[in-house]
Amino acid sequence: MTIKEIPAKTSLRQNHILDLDEFNKSDIEAIFDNTDSMMEVLTRGIRKVPALRGKTIITLFYEASTRTRVSFEQAGKILSADVINVSSDGSSNKKGESLYNTALTLQAMKADAIVIRHQHSGAGYFLAQQMKSTSIINAGDGMHAHPTQSLLDLYTIRKHLGTIESKKVVIVGDLLYSRVARSNLWGLTTMGADIVLSGPNTLLPQDFLDQRIGDVSHPFKNITIENDLDKALNGADVVMALRLQSERQKAGHLPSLREYSRRFGISSERLKLAHPEAIVMHPGPMNEGVEIEPDVAHGQQSVIESQVTTGVAIRMAILYDLITGTHSKKEL
Amino acid sequence: MSVKKIQTDVQMKRALTRISHEILERNSGAQNIILVGMHSRGVPLASRIRSLIESYEGETVDVGSLDIGLYRDDLSEKPQPTMKPTDISVDINGRIVVIVDDVLYTGRSIRAAMDAINDLGRPSQIQLAVLIDRGHRELPIRADFVGKNVPTSKEEDVEVRINEVDGVDEVIISSTVT
Repeated sequence: MTIKEIPAKTSLRQNHILDLDEFNKSDIEAIFDNTDSMMEVLTRGIRKVPALRGKTIITLFYEASTRTRVSFEQAGKILSADVINVSSDGSSNKKGESLYNTALTLQAMKADAIVIRHQHSGAGYFLAQQMKSTSIINAGDGMHAHPTQSLLDLYTIRKHLGTIESKKVVIVGDLLYSRVARSNLWGLTTMGADIVLSGPNTLLPQDFLDQRIGDVSHPFKNITIENDLDKALNGADVVMALRLQSERQKAGHLPSLREYSRRFGISSERLKLAHPEAIVMHPGPMNEGVEIEPDVAHGQQSVIESQVTTGVAIRMAILYDLITGTHSKKEL
Repeated sequence: MSVKKIQTDVQMKRALTRISHEILERNSGAQNIILVGMHSRGVPLASRIRSLIESYEGETVDVGSLDIGLYRDDLSEKPQPTMKPTDISVDINGRIVVIVDDVLYTGRSIRAAMDAINDLGRPSQIQLAVLIDRGHRELPIRADFVGKNVPTSKEEDVEVRINEVDGVDEVIISSTVT
């Protein structure tokens, strides 16, 4: 499936979490409310609640990950679910089993949810269409979407700035390959942020944006593109640096990393152009010295570590929501 | 559908006044008490009982709020409402926790609340104060302080309306069977 073939809206929202284009504002706020409760659980001395006792969650990762996988695993375990991790290296994928057959096998083992990361865009949608009793959570599909990262980004912004509405959010860097940015465009748009994209033209997804920016009927009509990062940062409330995805850089989009870093790296000097209380975010893992300087990444305005903690609470809320069916009340 | 008012605002006030005195009498004062209101309507009720106790005793009383969403025994059976944060900021170890709720019915919410409290610490006692006890218990649970005992049938619905949430103080009993 290419990105264009993935249906913009699916009826899969009921049982799965695939991308944020399926969430309206009240859906997102409901997840935030439950996340508030999960944050309280994370502050306790004994971080364990019985909500998902007897439920099974399988993480199925065909791509490398530390924080997302660990975060889902921790979220599931704090909620008392049994979490089983499958990575492509140690799985029957090595023996040539298809994604389809792997998923049917896991469903037959009565998994309540499968958290999938896959190098191909649309992999989660493909699985969700086949599943009868198992919820699919997309933890990153190719360059398409990463909805749980986006939800935690949105929650982090709201936590630090009080609201998302009308805040100027500058997303910098490798937008072409960034599934985090793509999901964030949906989430931030739904929550009413003022979005500015900045990066070299070769890393801006023209096919994705051409049709949508400027189309007055499209939700992305108000997004602006500013290639000059210094101009883009002017008065920004949120600066979101994206990882330069070297593993996806075969096409030669950049002359050199040094030039990229000079023009689009977030330095403390540059950060002064933003609002004095602006927050700096990064979905991780960071290439320090490329898209972000170490003193910014670990500086006063950085909320990058807070993003990671929030990630566990967001994923607890999502697992709780899907497996206990909190949201279906709204749908029915 | 028939609707009947079984408690007016004045009667509710009297009931809460009596409950407040009973809590004080049972526990020989307010020193060791934490009032924990259950979301949604137990929270304003706990805060009212606190104000009453503070006005009688002249000392402050700790309160907290509790959401039992993560502890329910019917999580897989029906859709759950959005949770509200649990906020018990004081150490409950060795204290007397008084759970406050609007209606006591099957007892399952109270079972969940006790599990939730046990995860936060080990109180010396857990007591229960409810505005309405409507019977039909499914677990061996009883209230220590009751505003009003109301015999009901399972077809009836008891609705407590609290000014802070609903804009009015009253208790309504409605029946779908005419």
